Amino acid sequence: MFYRETGQFKTSYAADQQIFPIRQDRVGIVLLLAAAFVVVPLTAGNYWFNAILIPFLIFALAALGLNILTGYAGQLSLGSAAFMAVGAYAAYNFQVRIDGMPILLSFILAGLTAAGVGILFGLPSLRIKGFYLAVATLAAQFFIVWCLTKFPYLTNYSSSGVISVPGIEMLGFRFDTPQSRYLLVLSIVAVLALLAKNMVRSTTGRAWMAVRDMDVAAEVIGIPLLRTKLLAFAVSSFYCGIAGALYAFCYLGSVEPDGFSLDMSFKILFMIIVGGVGSILGSFLGAAFILLLPIFLDISLPWLAGLLHLPFDSATVSHIQLMVFGALIMFFLIVEPHGLARLWQIGKEKLRLWPFPH
Amino acid sequence: MAREIGEVILDLKNISLAFGGVKALTDISFDVREHEIRAIIGPNGAGKSSMLNVINGVYHPQQGEIVFRGEHRRDMNTHAMAAAGIARTFQNIALFKGMSVLDNLMAGRNLKMKCNFIQHALWWGPARREELEHRRKVEEVIDFLEIEHIRKTPVGRLPYGLQKRVELGRALAAEPSMLLLDEPMAGMNVEEKQDMCRFILDVNDQFGTTIVLIEHDMGVVMDISDRVVVLDYGKKIGDGVPDEVKNNPEVIAAYLGTQH
Amino acid sequence: MQFFLEVLIGGLLSGVMYSLVALGFVLIFKASGVFNFAQGAMVYFAALSVVGCMEKGAPLWLALILAFVVMTLFGIATEKFVLRKMVNQPPIALFMATIGLAFFIEGLAPLLWGNEVRPLDIGLVDEPIAWILDNWNMVISSFDLFAAGLALVLVALLALFFQYTRIGRALRAVADDHQAALSIGIPLQHIWALVWAVAGFVALVAGMLWGARNGVQFALTFTALKALPVLILGGFTSVPGAIVGGLIIGASEKLAEIYIPPVLAGWFGGNFGGIEGWFPYVMALLFLLVRPEGLFGEKHIDRV
Repeated sequence: MFYRETGQFKTSYAADQQIFPIRQDRVGIVLLLAAAFVVVPLTAGNYWFNAILIPFLIFALAALGLNILTGYAGQLSLGSAAFMAVGAYAAYNFQVRIDGMPILLSFILAGLTAAGVGILFGLPSLRIKGFYLAVATLAAQFFIVWCLTKFPYLTNYSSSGVISVPGIEMLGFRFDTPQSRYLLVLSIVAVLALLAKNMVRSTTGRAWMAVRDMDVAAEVIGIPLLRTKLLAFAVSSFYCGIAGALYAFCYLGSVEPDGFSLDMSFKILFMIIVGGVGSILGSFLGAAFILLLPIFLDISLPWLAGLLHLPFDSATVSHIQLMVFGALIMFFLIVEPHGLARLWQIGKEKLRLWPFPH
Repeated sequence: MAREIGEVILDLKNISLAFGGVKALTDISFDVREHEIRAIIGPNGAGKSSMLNVINGVYHPQQGEIVFRGEHRRDMNTHAMAAAGIARTFQNIALFKGMSVLDNLMAGRNLKMKCNFIQHALWWGPARREELEHRRKVEEVIDFLEIEHIRKTPVGRLPYGLQKRVELGRALAAEPSMLLLDEPMAGMNVEEKQDMCRFILDVNDQFGTTIVLIEHDMGVVMDISDRVVVLDYGKKIGDGVPDEVKNNPEVIAAYLGTQH
Repeated sequence: MQFFLEVLIGGLLSGVMYSLVALGFVLIFKASGVFNFAQGAMVYFAALSVVGCMEKGAPLWLALILAFVVMTLFGIATEKFVLRKMVNQPPIALFMATIGLAFFIEGLAPLLWGNEVRPLDIGLVDEPIAWILDNWNMVISSFDLFAAGLALVLVALLALFFQYTRIGRALRAVADDHQAALSIGIPLQHIWALVWAVAGFVALVAGMLWGARNGVQFALTFTALKALPVLILGGFTSVPGAIVGGLIIGASEKLAEIYIPPVLAGWFGGNFGGIEGWFPYVMALLFLLVRPEGLFGEKHIDRV
């Protein structure tokens, strides 16, 4: 009843190509952005910013990066955390070693550094496919983290490899409150998400999807395989790199190489599986889901155990968490391989017909 | 045929192709003239698809020479052939199953798109204009093939006959000067075949596209083609206008089988 | 020179252990086309089941049998509830499902048995072999040698099994083409149950040996990751390939760990240990560039 397209005819191709062709969707996204930019900073508490919203946005960005590489271009990668690490350490080095470096420029350069490394590890993708490529990305994951611990120059000669980032300052304004950091991260992520959406629905995105679906046919219609794949690696690593920089500067404040472990790469992979491979929205949904799940379990399991009079401790919670993650992955892959994004779409389609059944 | 058949644009000389010990093609020579419809026929396993793959650059022949529009090419890659104006369809549909019909056709035009990814990301001026212009062209192809009603459907969900039509559309979207069709009517019922025939003839008629097609249906081949090449066990056993080939005893023997 | 030999042999022996884990992968891949990322977790689960049973008072032989039964049941359940439901999906999706399975097992095992590190005593001691030490002045552990011998016997048996028995042939047929195998009357369900049982057995043996060597702990799951480069070198479908790949990875990893860091320290100063963490993967990567199907694997031809 409310979510109807009647009366909304598209009379030009330009109108047909909008990101949100249905008026109700446009209203919805405006409201969402208003809520995110205005309402939340005024109402949310520090815990929400620090523990939930900021990491959600950062991981959504990393998931976006991985989705571009794995979801759209079909190149399975298990090394996203390593590219985040490159971004984090590069941003740190640029910021600390060059006086008066604007923070946004550090971030961009960090992203570009990560993109460069991404291209390097993406070069094998011309000869190697499928999960052989995943093994190559594992090489990247382990090698990069090892480099960051062994070459003291990269960590500014800190003894344990841990770096503590300086605070952020832009045009004289210090970003030292959770609200300000949240708004900074939100703005960066929103802009990058828009750029990503534009890329995937253009020729660039179509080339990626063609390579994913059938690379022989893509070659025959003239799509340059190596360049397309390398571009996917570059853009994906750029996004992961910026996510890593934000992770260090706006979330944790201090990071170490082992913090960007294989576990984190798996987590990001799970985000796109649950959220929806090949979907921008899916990256956000998946990140929210995977981040909120441990918190939910932390709260509900003790209560449940108390109810059932079962003994447990914090170790049990982390074990059950692993089991739930694993079970969820299998569940989503069996039941809805296109993840939450597809469920969202199905929900919208049902909403179009509501209150009629069909 | 309404179009006047022009000069030779593709000349294949002594092409031999082998995979390991298996000889797919042996010493094949024939030519294709501009604006004509050239059929390649032969029993299963004769090497017809391999021939098309050689023209297209997917396979590289061990011996022989290809002259396309006056240029000698032997080891051309698929990208260069696509850029030279050759488009094709495949025996087992090679559509991008995850994308919609519209996206598949737009992908067919990718060689004509000049903007880079940054312009796409920013979606300003040139990128937007380019996308709309190519959308207009693709809509012409959609009109031509009468597939407006399925333009947003993911191709994986379409029935076989429509998928074949979409594949033709993707090839046409590239505005090729030469079209290679590998069994475009395989698996279709009578109505679908008639539609496809009509499309192929219209393409040749309206756009002047040279067509090289592999087909098993003799009726179709004799009806629509200007000239026919017959292959058997990787060798050429017939070449000429349909009537000549139909009466060639070697061709008849290959299809019906004789005592050896 | 002696030191080099010592490191080499030590590497070869530990490589055999990697091969054991890789074997489990090969078996399941050969029979069902699924790359079972959860193999490492299965090794952990098997080892944990054994020590868990023993803690409850069972003697070693009983614990082994119980663990084997548990592994087999688990494998059958996995096949029935997870893999069969995903038959139509691309191999990448199946691979990701086994990643999920790995996480599930990694949570379940310590939940059932607790996650303290436990030693596992199977009656062997990790001591240098006396007469080698005396005559050649090299330290080679008797335990390692035993493990290597056991693994080789296992591999030989499996290779013979696949090649010469009826069931082995059936397994290979199933791996090639499920439909075709069904159509000639091969009982798919039984075959898969058998495969997972064998893979479970291999995981159990691997778990025993690794557990006895390093203690039964969570780090066992990482052995799965090390098996990946082994498989790349040896090919995913080859039993002898798993052995050869394991030997190469084991030897090169140890040699690299000993000989490369001093060179790097000479150039850059500082400590460069930990090379074995990434060296096998980089080697696998370089190998893939040259020969994407591995030493013994089958070449994959794309038909257009």
